[in-house]
Amino acid sequence: MNKYLERLYNGIIKENPTFVLMLGMCPTLAVTTGAMNGLGMGLSTTVVLILSNLLISAFRKVIPNGVRMPAYIVIVASLVTVVEFVMKAYTPSLAAQLGVYIPLIVVNCIILGRAESYASKNPVLPSVFDGLGMGLGFTFGLTCIGIIREILGAGQLFGYQVLSLDWFTPITIFVMAPGAFLVLAVLVAIMNIVREKMEAKGKPLASPSGCLTGDCASCGQSSLCTGRKDTAKTE
Amino acid sequence: MSELYNVSSSPHVRSKDTTGRIMLYVIIALLPTSIFGIYNFGYKALVLILVTIASCVVSEWVYNKIVHKKNTLGDLSAVVTGLLLALNLPATLPWWQAVIGGAFAILVVKCLFGGLGQNFMNPALGARCFLLIAFAANMTNFTIDAYSGATPLAALRNGEAVNTMDMLIGKTAGTIGETCTVAILIGAIFLILMGVIDLRIPGTYIVTFVIFMIIFGGHGLDSNYIVAQLCGGGLMLGAFFMATDYVTSPITPNGQILFGVCLGVLTGLFRTFGANAEGVSFAIILSNLLVPMIEKITIPKAFGQVKEGKKHE
Repeated sequence: MNKYLERLYNGIIKENPTFVLMLGMCPTLAVTTGAMNGLGMGLSTTVVLILSNLLISAFRKVIPNGVRMPAYIVIVASLVTVVEFVMKAYTPSLAAQLGVYIPLIVVNCIILGRAESYASKNPVLPSVFDGLGMGLGFTFGLTCIGIIREILGAGQLFGYQVLSLDWFTPITIFVMAPGAFLVLAVLVAIMNIVREKMEAKGKPLASPSGCLTGDCASCGQSSLCTGRKDTAKTE
Repeated sequence: MSELYNVSSSPHVRSKDTTGRIMLYVIIALLPTSIFGIYNFGYKALVLILVTIASCVVSEWVYNKIVHKKNTLGDLSAVVTGLLLALNLPATLPWWQAVIGGAFAILVVKCLFGGLGQNFMNPALGARCFLLIAFAANMTNFTIDAYSGATPLAALRNGEAVNTMDMLIGKTAGTIGETCTVAILIGAIFLILMGVIDLRIPGTYIVTFVIFMIIFGGHGLDSNYIVAQLCGGGLMLGAFFMATDYVTSPITPNGQILFGVCLGVLTGLFRTFGANAEGVSFAIILSNLLVPMIEKITIPKAFGQVKEGKKHE
Protein backbone atom coordinates (compact mmCIF):
# COMPACT_ATOMS: atom_id res chain seq x y z
CA MET A 1 0.00 0.00 0.00
CA ASN A 2 1.51 3.30 -0.96
CA LYS A 3 1.75 6.04 1.60
CA TYR A 4 -1.17 8.09 0.26
CA LEU A 5 -3.63 5.19 0.37
CA GLU A 6 -2.22 4.33 3.78
CA ARG A 7 -3.19 7.82 4.97
CA LEU A 8 -6.74 7.35 3.70
CA TYR A 9 -7.04 3.93 5.37
CA ASN A 10 -5.59 5.40 8.54
CA GLY A 11 -8.16 8.19 8.67
CA ILE A 12 -11.24 6.18 7.76
CA ILE A 13 -10.62 2.94 9.68
CA LYS A 14 -7.53 2.74 11.84
CA GLU A 15 -7.71 6.12 13.52
CA ASN A 16 -11.32 6.97 12.76
CA PRO A 17 -11.76 10.33 14.53
CA THR A 18 -15.26 9.52 15.77
CA PHE A 19 -15.04 5.91 16.88
CA VAL A 20 -11.37 5.49 17.73
CA LEU A 21 -9.80 8.85 18.53
CA MET A 22 -13.06 10.24 19.98
CA LEU A 23 -12.31 13.70 18.66
CA GLY A 24 -14.81 16.37 17.67
CA MET A 25 -17.48 15.02 20.00
CA CYS A 26 -19.39 18.31 20.17
CA PRO A 27 -20.61 18.37 16.54
CA THR A 28 -20.83 14.56 16.58
CA LEU A 29 -23.45 14.64 19.31
CA ALA A 30 -25.18 17.88 18.39
CA VAL A 31 -25.83 17.86 14.65
CA THR A 32 -26.41 14.19 13.89
CA THR A 33 -30.20 14.31 14.22
CA GLY A 34 -30.42 13.15 10.61
CA ALA A 35 -28.24 11.49 8.00
CA MET A 36 -28.19 14.63 5.85
CA ASN A 37 -26.97 16.82 8.69
CA GLY A 38 -24.23 14.34 9.54
CA LEU A 39 -23.13 14.14 5.91
CA GLY A 40 -23.18 17.95 5.51
CA MET A 41 -21.24 18.55 8.69
CA GLY A 42 -18.72 15.84 7.82
CA LEU A 43 -18.11 17.11 4.29
CA SER A 44 -17.71 20.75 5.32
CA THR A 45 -15.23 19.67 7.98
CA THR A 46 -13.42 17.58 5.36
CA VAL A 47 -13.00 20.59 3.07
CA VAL A 48 -11.61 22.70 5.89
CA LEU A 49 -9.37 19.87 7.02
CA ILE A 50 -7.83 19.28 3.59
CA LEU A 51 -7.16 22.97 3.01
CA SER A 52 -5.85 23.64 6.53
CA ASN A 53 -3.52 20.63 6.35
CA LEU A 54 -2.32 21.88 2.94
CA LEU A 55 -1.60 25.42 4.15
CA ILE A 56 -0.13 24.46 7.50
CA SER A 57 2.11 21.87 5.90
CA ALA A 58 3.24 24.40 3.29
CA PHE A 59 4.03 27.00 5.94
CA ARG A 60 5.49 24.57 8.45
CA LYS A 61 9.02 25.93 8.08
CA VAL A 62 7.90 29.55 8.26
CA ILE A 63 5.67 29.43 11.33
CA PRO A 64 7.73 30.02 14.50
CA ASN A 65 7.23 27.30 17.07
CA GLY A 66 6.24 29.70 19.85
CA VAL A 67 3.21 31.13 18.06
CA ARG A 68 2.17 28.08 16.05
CA MET A 69 -1.23 27.73 17.74
CA PRO A 70 -2.41 31.28 16.96
CA ALA A 71 -1.08 30.83 13.42
CA TYR A 72 -3.05 27.58 12.96
CA ILE A 73 -6.18 29.19 14.36
CA VAL A 74 -5.90 32.13 11.93
CA ILE A 75 -5.52 29.75 8.98
CA VAL A 76 -8.39 27.50 10.08
CA ALA A 77 -10.69 30.41 10.93
CA SER A 78 -10.16 32.00 7.50
CA LEU A 79 -11.00 28.73 5.78
CA VAL A 80 -14.08 28.17 7.95
CA THR A 81 -15.33 31.65 7.12
CA VAL A 82 -15.04 30.88 3.43
CA VAL A 83 -16.83 27.53 3.82
CA GLU A 84 -19.57 29.16 5.87
CA PHE A 85 -20.22 31.82 3.23
CA VAL A 86 -20.26 29.22 0.46
CA MET A 87 -22.74 27.07 2.38
CA LYS A 88 -24.97 30.03 3.13
CA ALA A 89 -25.00 30.92 -0.55
CA TYR A 90 -25.54 27.47 -2.11
CA THR A 91 -27.07 25.26 0.61
CA PRO A 92 -28.99 27.75 2.78
CA SER A 93 -31.29 25.13 4.36
CA LEU A 94 -28.40 22.92 5.44
CA ALA A 95 -26.51 25.98 6.73
CA ALA A 96 -29.56 26.95 8.77
CA GLN A 97 -29.84 23.39 10.16
CA LEU A 98 -26.21 23.23 11.21
CA GLY A 99 -26.32 26.77 12.59
CA VAL A 100 -23.56 27.69 15.01
CA TYR A 101 -21.73 24.39 14.48
CA ILE A 102 -20.24 25.60 11.18
CA PRO A 103 -18.29 28.50 12.74
CA LEU A 104 -17.40 26.13 15.57
CA ILE A 105 -15.39 23.99 13.11
CA VAL A 106 -12.59 26.49 13.92
CA VAL A 107 -12.11 24.92 17.32
CA ASN A 108 -12.79 21.34 16.20
CA CYS A 109 -10.10 19.22 17.80
CA ILE A 110 -9.70 17.00 14.73
CA ILE A 111 -8.41 19.96 12.71
CA LEU A 112 -6.01 21.26 15.33
CA GLY A 113 -5.02 17.69 16.22
CA ARG A 114 -4.08 16.85 12.63
CA ALA A 115 -2.28 20.19 12.22
CA GLU A 116 -0.26 19.60 15.34
CA SER A 117 0.46 15.90 14.99
CA TYR A 118 0.77 15.47 11.22
CA ALA A 119 0.68 18.50 8.93
CA SER A 120 3.29 20.45 10.88
CA LYS A 121 5.82 17.63 10.48
CA ASN A 122 5.12 16.19 7.02
CA PRO A 123 5.29 17.29 3.38
CA VAL A 124 2.32 18.83 1.61
CA LEU A 125 0.92 15.91 -0.39
CA PRO A 126 0.77 13.31 2.43
CA SER A 127 -0.79 16.02 4.62
CA VAL A 128 -3.53 16.60 2.06
CA PHE A 129 -4.29 12.88 1.98
CA ASP A 130 -4.18 12.76 5.76
CA GLY A 131 -6.78 15.53 5.85
CA LEU A 132 -8.90 13.75 3.24
CA GLY A 133 -8.75 10.45 5.14
CA MET A 134 -9.53 12.01 8.49
CA GLY A 135 -12.34 14.08 6.98
CA LEU A 136 -13.91 11.07 5.29
CA GLY A 137 -13.58 9.10 8.51
CA PHE A 138 -15.38 11.88 10.37
CA THR A 139 -18.05 12.04 7.65
CA PHE A 140 -18.48 8.26 7.83
CA GLY A 141 -18.89 8.37 11.61
CA LEU A 142 -21.35 11.26 11.58
CA THR A 143 -23.41 9.78 8.77
CA CYS A 144 -23.62 6.41 10.54
CA ILE A 145 -24.88 8.05 13.72
CA GLY A 146 -27.23 10.26 11.71
CA ILE A 147 -28.72 7.32 9.78
CA ILE A 148 -29.40 5.29 12.93
CA ARG A 149 -30.89 8.26 14.80
CA GLU A 150 -33.06 9.30 11.86
CA ILE A 151 -34.43 5.80 11.25
CA LEU A 152 -35.19 5.09 14.90
CA GLY A 153 -36.32 8.58 15.79
CA ALA A 154 -38.41 9.48 12.75
CA GLY A 155 -38.55 6.43 10.48
CA GLN A 156 -36.83 8.48 7.77
CA LEU A 157 -33.65 8.22 5.75
CA PHE A 158 -32.18 11.36 4.21
CA GLY A 159 -35.59 12.95 4.68
CA TYR A 160 -37.61 10.19 2.97
CA GLN A 161 -40.10 8.15 4.97
CA VAL A 162 -38.73 4.61 4.79
CA LEU A 163 -40.66 3.10 7.69
CA SER A 164 -44.39 3.60 7.31
CA LEU A 165 -45.97 5.43 10.22
CA ASP A 166 -48.92 3.00 9.96
CA TRP A 167 -47.07 0.42 11.99
CA PHE A 168 -43.95 2.22 13.17
CA THR A 169 -44.02 4.47 16.22
CA PRO A 170 -41.04 6.84 16.07
CA ILE A 171 -38.88 6.60 19.19
CA THR A 172 -38.51 10.35 19.50
CA ILE A 173 -35.79 10.16 22.14
CA PHE A 174 -33.34 9.26 19.35
CA VAL A 175 -33.62 12.61 17.60
CA MET A 176 -33.13 14.36 20.92
CA ALA A 177 -29.87 14.84 22.84
CA PRO A 178 -30.00 11.64 24.96
CA GLY A 179 -30.34 9.55 21.78
CA ALA A 180 -27.03 10.90 20.48
CA PHE A 181 -25.21 9.63 23.54
CA LEU A 182 -26.93 6.24 23.39
CA VAL A 183 -26.19 5.69 19.69
CA LEU A 184 -22.57 6.86 19.96
CA ALA A 185 -22.00 4.60 22.99
CA VAL A 186 -23.38 1.56 21.19
CA LEU A 187 -21.31 2.23 18.04
CA VAL A 188 -18.10 2.72 20.03
CA ALA A 189 -18.86 -0.50 21.91
CA ILE A 190 -19.27 -2.36 18.60
CA MET A 191 -15.97 -0.85 17.38
CA ASN A 192 -14.26 -2.10 20.54
CA ILE A 193 -15.69 -5.60 20.03
CA VAL A 194 -14.30 -5.61 16.47
CA ARG A 195 -10.94 -4.45 17.81
CA GLU A 196 -10.83 -7.21 20.42
CA LYS A 197 -11.87 -9.88 17.90
CA MET A 198 -9.08 -8.77 15.56
CA GLU A 199 -6.57 -8.86 18.39
CA ALA A 200 -7.72 -12.33 19.42
CA LYS A 201 -7.19 -13.51 15.84
CA GLY A 202 -3.65 -12.15 15.95
CA LYS A 203 -4.38 -9.43 13.42
CA PRO A 204 -4.58 -6.39 15.67
CA LEU A 205 -6.39 -3.42 14.19
CA ALA A 206 -3.46 -1.15 14.95
CA SER A 207 -4.20 1.32 17.67
CA PRO A 208 -3.71 5.03 17.11
CA SER A 209 -0.05 5.72 16.66
CA GLY A 210 -0.06 9.42 15.85
CA CYS A 211 0.91 11.18 19.03
CA LEU A 212 -1.15 14.26 19.76
CA THR A 213 1.05 15.68 22.45
CA GLY A 214 4.14 13.47 22.58
CA ASP A 215 3.53 13.06 26.28
CA CYS A 216 1.95 9.71 27.08
CA ALA A 217 1.01 10.66 30.64
CA SER A 218 -1.33 13.46 29.60
CA CYS A 219 -2.68 11.81 26.45
CA GLY A 220 -6.31 10.74 26.45
CA GLN A 221 -5.54 7.97 23.98
CA SER A 222 -2.75 6.36 25.95
CA SER A 223 -4.92 3.43 26.99
CA LEU A 224 -5.45 2.46 23.34
CA CYS A 225 -2.00 3.35 22.07
CA THR A 226 0.39 0.56 21.16
CA GLY A 227 3.38 2.84 20.74
CA ARG A 228 3.16 3.82 24.38
CA LYS A 229 6.34 3.84 26.43
CA ASP A 230 5.19 1.85 29.41
CA THR A 231 7.58 3.08 32.07
CA ALA A 232 6.41 0.55 34.63
CA LYS A 233 7.41 -2.37 32.41
CA THR A 234 10.73 -1.11 31.10
CA GLU A 235 12.11 -0.18 34.47
CA MET B 1 -12.99 -29.27 66.22
CA SER B 2 -15.20 -27.70 68.85
CA GLU B 3 -17.34 -24.70 68.06
CA LEU B 4 -15.38 -22.66 70.59
CA TYR B 5 -12.16 -22.68 68.63
CA ASN B 6 -13.65 -22.00 65.24
CA VAL B 7 -11.58 -19.16 63.79
CA SER B 8 -13.10 -17.02 61.04
CA SER B 9 -12.92 -13.46 59.85
CA SER B 10 -15.59 -10.89 60.70
CA PRO B 11 -18.52 -10.27 60.44
CA HIS B 12 -19.49 -12.90 63.01
CA VAL B 13 -23.08 -11.84 63.58
CA ARG B 14 -25.18 -11.64 60.47
CA SER B 15 -28.71 -10.35 60.04
CA LYS B 16 -31.29 -12.69 58.58
CA ASP B 17 -32.06 -10.12 55.92
CA THR B 18 -30.76 -10.93 52.48
CA THR B 19 -31.29 -8.92 49.32
CA GLY B 20 -33.86 -11.47 48.15
CA ARG B 21 -35.78 -11.26 51.41
CA ILE B 22 -35.95 -7.46 51.37
CA MET B 23 -37.02 -7.47 47.73
CA LEU B 24 -39.73 -10.00 48.64
CA TYR B 25 -41.03 -7.59 51.30
CA VAL B 26 -41.13 -4.84 48.70
CA ILE B 27 -43.09 -7.07 46.31
CA ILE B 28 -45.56 -7.92 49.09
CA ALA B 29 -45.88 -4.23 49.93
CA LEU B 30 -46.63 -3.45 46.29
CA LEU B 31 -49.38 -6.09 46.07
CA PRO B 32 -52.28 -3.89 47.32
CA THR B 33 -51.35 -1.22 44.78
CA SER B 34 -51.01 -3.74 41.96
CA ILE B 35 -54.28 -5.48 42.78
CA PHE B 36 -56.12 -2.19 42.94
CA GLY B 37 -54.51 -1.12 39.65
CA ILE B 38 -55.71 -4.33 37.97
CA TYR B 39 -59.19 -3.88 39.49
CA ASN B 40 -59.28 -0.25 38.33
CA PHE B 41 -57.84 -0.58 34.83
CA GLY B 42 -58.89 -4.13 33.96
CA TYR B 43 -57.02 -7.04 32.40
CA LYS B 44 -54.84 -4.67 30.35
CA ALA B 45 -53.07 -3.62 33.53
CA LEU B 46 -52.46 -7.25 34.50
CA VAL B 47 -51.02 -8.03 31.07
CA LEU B 48 -48.79 -4.96 31.21
CA ILE B 49 -47.49 -5.84 34.69
CA LEU B 50 -46.69 -9.43 33.65
CA VAL B 51 -45.06 -8.35 30.38
CA THR B 52 -42.86 -5.76 32.08
CA ILE B 53 -41.71 -8.14 34.80
CA ALA B 54 -40.98 -10.82 32.19
CA SER B 55 -39.01 -8.35 30.10
CA CYS B 56 -36.87 -7.33 33.09
CA VAL B 57 -36.22 -10.89 34.24
CA VAL B 58 -35.37 -12.14 30.74
CA SER B 59 -33.08 -9.14 30.09
CA GLU B 60 -31.14 -9.80 33.28
CA TRP B 61 -30.83 -13.52 32.53
CA VAL B 62 -29.68 -12.90 28.96
CA TYR B 63 -27.16 -10.24 30.02
CA ASN B 64 -25.65 -12.49 32.69
CA LYS B 65 -25.42 -15.32 30.14
CA ILE B 66 -23.70 -13.14 27.55
CA VAL B 67 -21.08 -11.65 29.87
CA HIS B 68 -20.62 -14.96 31.76
CA LYS B 69 -21.64 -13.55 35.11
CA LYS B 70 -23.25 -15.38 38.00
CA ASN B 71 -27.00 -15.57 37.63
CA THR B 72 -28.51 -12.86 39.83
CA LEU B 73 -32.20 -13.55 39.29
CA GLY B 74 -32.48 -15.03 42.77
CA ASP B 75 -32.24 -11.66 44.49
CA LEU B 76 -35.63 -10.75 42.94
CA SER B 77 -34.44 -7.22 42.19
CA ALA B 78 -35.36 -7.61 38.51
CA VAL B 79 -38.90 -8.54 39.52
CA VAL B 80 -39.16 -5.47 41.75
CA THR B 81 -37.81 -3.26 38.96
CA GLY B 82 -40.34 -4.70 36.51
CA LEU B 83 -43.23 -4.34 38.92
CA LEU B 84 -42.31 -0.74 39.82
CA LEU B 85 -41.88 0.16 36.17
CA ALA B 86 -45.26 -1.35 35.27
CA LEU B 87 -46.94 0.57 38.09
CA ASN B 88 -45.46 3.73 36.55
CA LEU B 89 -46.96 3.10 33.11
CA PRO B 90 -50.43 3.97 31.88
CA ALA B 91 -52.56 0.87 31.32
CA THR B 92 -53.09 1.78 27.67
CA LEU B 93 -49.40 1.56 26.76
CA PRO B 94 -48.71 -0.92 23.91
CA TRP B 95 -47.07 -4.04 25.32
CA TRP B 96 -43.97 -3.84 23.13
CA GLN B 97 -43.15 -0.41 24.49
CA ALA B 98 -43.28 -1.87 27.99
CA VAL B 99 -40.85 -4.58 26.82
CA ILE B 100 -38.43 -1.91 25.56
CA GLY B 101 -38.79 -0.09 28.88
CA GLY B 102 -38.02 -3.20 30.90
CA ALA B 103 -34.99 -4.03 28.79
CA PHE B 104 -33.74 -0.44 29.06
CA ALA B 105 -34.14 -0.46 32.86
CA ILE B 106 -32.19 -3.67 33.34
CA LEU B 107 -29.62 -3.53 30.54
CA VAL B 108 -28.73 0.16 30.26
CA VAL B 109 -29.45 1.57 33.71
CA LYS B 110 -28.50 -1.42 35.85
CA CYS B 111 -26.34 -4.10 34.23
CA LEU B 112 -24.05 -1.90 32.13
CA PHE B 113 -23.08 -0.01 35.29
CA GLY B 114 -22.21 -3.21 37.12
CA GLY B 115 -25.49 -4.71 38.28
CA LEU B 116 -27.44 -4.28 41.48
CA GLY B 117 -25.64 -1.99 43.91
CA GLN B 118 -23.74 -0.12 41.20
CA ASN B 119 -26.59 1.52 39.32
CA PHE B 120 -26.45 5.30 39.58
CA MET B 121 -30.16 5.88 39.25
CA ASN B 122 -33.33 3.97 39.96
CA PRO B 123 -33.70 1.55 36.99
CA ALA B 124 -37.51 1.64 36.97
CA LEU B 125 -37.62 5.43 36.96
CA GLY B 126 -34.79 5.71 34.46
CA ALA B 127 -36.82 3.52 32.11
CA ARG B 128 -40.01 5.46 32.81
CA CYS B 129 -38.29 8.71 31.87
CA PHE B 130 -36.81 7.05 28.78
CA LEU B 131 -40.30 5.93 27.70
CA LEU B 132 -41.78 9.32 28.57
CA ILE B 133 -39.36 11.02 26.17
CA ALA B 134 -39.39 8.25 23.57
CA PHE B 135 -43.14 7.64 23.35
CA ALA B 136 -44.60 10.84 24.76
CA ALA B 137 -48.04 10.36 23.22
CA ASN B 138 -48.55 6.79 24.49
CA MET B 139 -47.11 7.54 27.90
CA THR B 140 -49.55 10.37 28.61
CA ASN B 141 -52.65 8.62 27.25
CA PHE B 142 -54.62 8.04 30.45
CA THR B 143 -57.88 6.27 29.77
CA ILE B 144 -60.18 4.91 32.43
CA ASP B 145 -63.41 3.06 31.66
CA ALA B 146 -63.02 3.88 27.98
CA TYR B 147 -63.25 7.53 28.91
CA SER B 148 -60.15 9.52 28.16
CA GLY B 149 -59.64 12.01 30.92
CA ALA B 150 -57.06 14.35 32.31
CA THR B 151 -55.14 13.25 35.38
CA PRO B 152 -56.13 15.06 38.58
CA LEU B 153 -52.84 16.96 38.46
CA ALA B 154 -53.49 18.19 34.93
CA ALA B 155 -57.00 19.21 35.93
CA LEU B 156 -55.63 20.99 38.98
CA ARG B 157 -53.15 22.82 36.81
CA ASN B 158 -55.96 24.05 34.58
CA GLY B 159 -57.73 25.40 37.64
CA GLU B 160 -60.48 22.77 37.64
CA ALA B 161 -61.88 21.35 40.84
CA VAL B 162 -60.88 17.79 41.75
CA ASN B 163 -62.51 15.34 44.09
CA THR B 164 -59.90 14.50 46.73
CA MET B 165 -61.97 11.58 48.01
CA ASP B 166 -61.78 9.91 44.60
CA MET B 167 -58.03 10.50 44.59
CA LEU B 168 -57.62 8.83 47.98
CA ILE B 169 -59.38 5.66 46.89
CA GLY B 170 -57.97 5.82 43.37
CA LYS B 171 -60.94 6.32 41.04
CA THR B 172 -58.99 8.68 38.80
CA ALA B 173 -56.95 8.60 35.62
CA GLY B 174 -53.25 7.96 35.92
CA THR B 175 -50.62 5.25 35.73
CA ILE B 176 -51.47 1.76 36.97
CA GLY B 177 -49.98 2.14 40.42
CA GLU B 178 -50.19 5.78 41.31
CA THR B 179 -53.92 6.40 41.62
CA CYS B 180 -54.88 4.73 44.90
CA THR B 181 -53.20 6.56 47.77
CA VAL B 182 -54.73 4.26 50.40
CA ALA B 183 -53.26 1.12 48.81
CA ILE B 184 -49.83 2.74 48.57
CA LEU B 185 -49.98 3.77 52.23
CA ILE B 186 -50.92 0.22 53.30
CA GLY B 187 -47.81 -1.07 51.52
CA ALA B 188 -45.67 1.71 52.97
CA ILE B 189 -46.81 0.98 56.53
CA PHE B 190 -45.98 -2.70 55.98
CA LEU B 191 -42.45 -1.79 54.82
CA ILE B 192 -41.92 0.55 57.77
CA LEU B 193 -43.15 -2.08 60.26
CA MET B 194 -40.84 -4.70 58.72
CA GLY B 195 -37.96 -2.26 59.05
CA VAL B 196 -37.22 -2.22 55.31
CA ILE B 197 -37.54 1.55 54.97
CA ASP B 198 -37.57 4.33 57.53
CA LEU B 199 -39.43 7.57 57.44
CA ARG B 200 -36.47 9.91 56.96
CA ILE B 201 -36.56 10.16 53.16
CA PRO B 202 -40.34 9.99 52.52
CA GLY B 203 -41.06 12.12 55.59
CA THR B 204 -38.73 14.99 54.68
CA TYR B 205 -39.76 14.65 51.04
CA ILE B 206 -43.46 15.11 51.80
CA VAL B 207 -42.96 17.83 54.44
CA THR B 208 -40.64 19.84 52.17
CA PHE B 209 -43.04 19.44 49.28
CA VAL B 210 -46.02 20.65 51.37
CA ILE B 211 -44.07 23.69 52.59
CA PHE B 212 -42.96 24.46 49.03
CA MET B 213 -46.52 24.20 47.72
CA ILE B 214 -47.90 26.42 50.50
CA ILE B 215 -45.37 29.12 49.64
CA PHE B 216 -45.22 28.84 45.83
CA GLY B 217 -48.31 26.83 44.88
CA GLY B 218 -50.44 29.94 44.56
CA HIS B 219 -53.25 28.57 46.73
CA GLY B 220 -51.82 29.32 50.14
CA LEU B 221 -53.13 27.06 52.88
CA ASP B 222 -56.06 25.71 50.84
CA SER B 223 -56.12 22.19 52.27
CA ASN B 224 -58.05 20.75 49.32
CA TYR B 225 -55.29 21.88 46.95
CA ILE B 226 -52.49 20.55 49.15
CA VAL B 227 -54.15 17.14 49.62
CA ALA B 228 -54.83 16.90 45.90
CA GLN B 229 -51.18 17.68 45.14
CA LEU B 230 -50.04 15.04 47.64
CA CYS B 231 -52.37 12.30 46.42
CA GLY B 232 -52.13 13.18 42.74
CA GLY B 233 -49.47 11.85 40.41
CA GLY B 234 -46.69 9.57 41.50
CA LEU B 235 -45.69 11.44 44.64
CA MET B 236 -46.77 8.82 47.20
CA LEU B 237 -45.52 5.88 45.12
CA GLY B 238 -42.26 7.72 44.46
CA ALA B 239 -41.72 8.83 48.04
CA PHE B 240 -42.22 5.43 49.67
CA PHE B 241 -41.06 2.97 47.02
CA MET B 242 -38.65 4.68 44.64
CA ALA B 243 -36.88 7.40 46.63
CA THR B 244 -36.10 4.86 49.36
CA ASP B 245 -34.26 2.50 47.00
CA TYR B 246 -31.14 1.49 48.97
CA VAL B 247 -28.76 1.71 46.04
CA THR B 248 -29.68 5.18 44.87
CA SER B 249 -30.32 6.98 48.14
CA PRO B 250 -27.73 8.24 50.66
CA ILE B 251 -26.71 5.93 53.53
CA THR B 252 -25.90 8.69 56.03
CA PRO B 253 -28.88 9.80 58.19
CA ASN B 254 -28.27 13.49 57.57
CA GLY B 255 -27.75 12.75 53.90
CA GLN B 256 -31.16 11.08 53.75
CA ILE B 257 -32.78 14.19 55.18
CA LEU B 258 -30.94 16.41 52.70
CA PHE B 259 -31.97 13.99 49.92
CA GLY B 260 -35.62 14.29 50.98
CA VAL B 261 -35.39 18.08 50.93
CA CYS B 262 -33.88 17.98 47.42
CA LEU B 263 -36.70 15.74 46.25
CA GLY B 264 -39.39 17.97 47.74
CA VAL B 265 -37.99 21.16 46.29
CA LEU B 266 -37.39 19.65 42.83
CA THR B 267 -40.86 18.09 42.67
CA GLY B 268 -42.42 21.39 43.73
CA LEU B 269 -40.38 23.27 41.14
CA PHE B 270 -41.33 20.87 38.35
CA ARG B 271 -45.01 20.88 39.28
CA THR B 272 -45.44 24.61 39.75
CA PHE B 273 -43.03 26.06 37.20
CA GLY B 274 -42.37 23.17 34.80
CA ALA B 275 -43.93 22.46 31.43
CA ASN B 276 -45.70 19.29 32.65
CA ALA B 277 -48.17 18.77 35.46
CA GLU B 278 -46.06 15.94 36.90
CA GLY B 279 -42.40 15.89 37.87
CA VAL B 280 -41.86 13.22 40.52
CA SER B 281 -39.90 10.82 38.34
CA PHE B 282 -37.56 13.51 37.01
CA ALA B 283 -37.09 14.87 40.54
CA ILE B 284 -36.12 11.44 41.84
CA ILE B 285 -33.64 10.56 39.10
CA LEU B 286 -32.05 14.03 39.30
CA SER B 287 -31.66 13.64 43.06
CA ASN B 288 -30.22 10.15 42.50
CA LEU B 289 -27.40 11.85 40.60
CA LEU B 290 -26.73 14.13 43.58
CA VAL B 291 -26.39 11.23 46.03
CA PRO B 292 -22.58 10.81 45.85
CA MET B 293 -22.14 14.52 46.60
CA ILE B 294 -24.72 14.45 49.39
CA GLU B 295 -22.92 11.51 50.98
CA LYS B 296 -19.58 13.28 50.70
CA ILE B 297 -20.71 16.31 52.68
CA THR B 298 -22.64 14.35 55.32
CA ILE B 299 -20.01 11.83 56.44
CA PRO B 300 -20.65 11.44 60.18
CA LYS B 301 -17.85 12.41 62.55
CA ALA B 302 -16.03 9.41 63.93
CA PHE B 303 -15.96 9.00 67.71
CA GLY B 304 -13.10 11.01 69.18
CA GLN B 305 -12.40 12.86 65.95
CA VAL B 306 -11.36 16.49 66.47
CA LYS B 307 -11.75 19.30 63.99
CA GLU B 308 -8.59 20.38 62.15
CA GLY B 309 -8.35 23.78 63.82
CA LYS B 310 -8.83 22.61 67.41
CA LYS B 311 -6.01 20.06 67.47
CA HIS B 312 -3.35 22.17 69.13
CA GLU B 313 -5.27 23.62 72.01
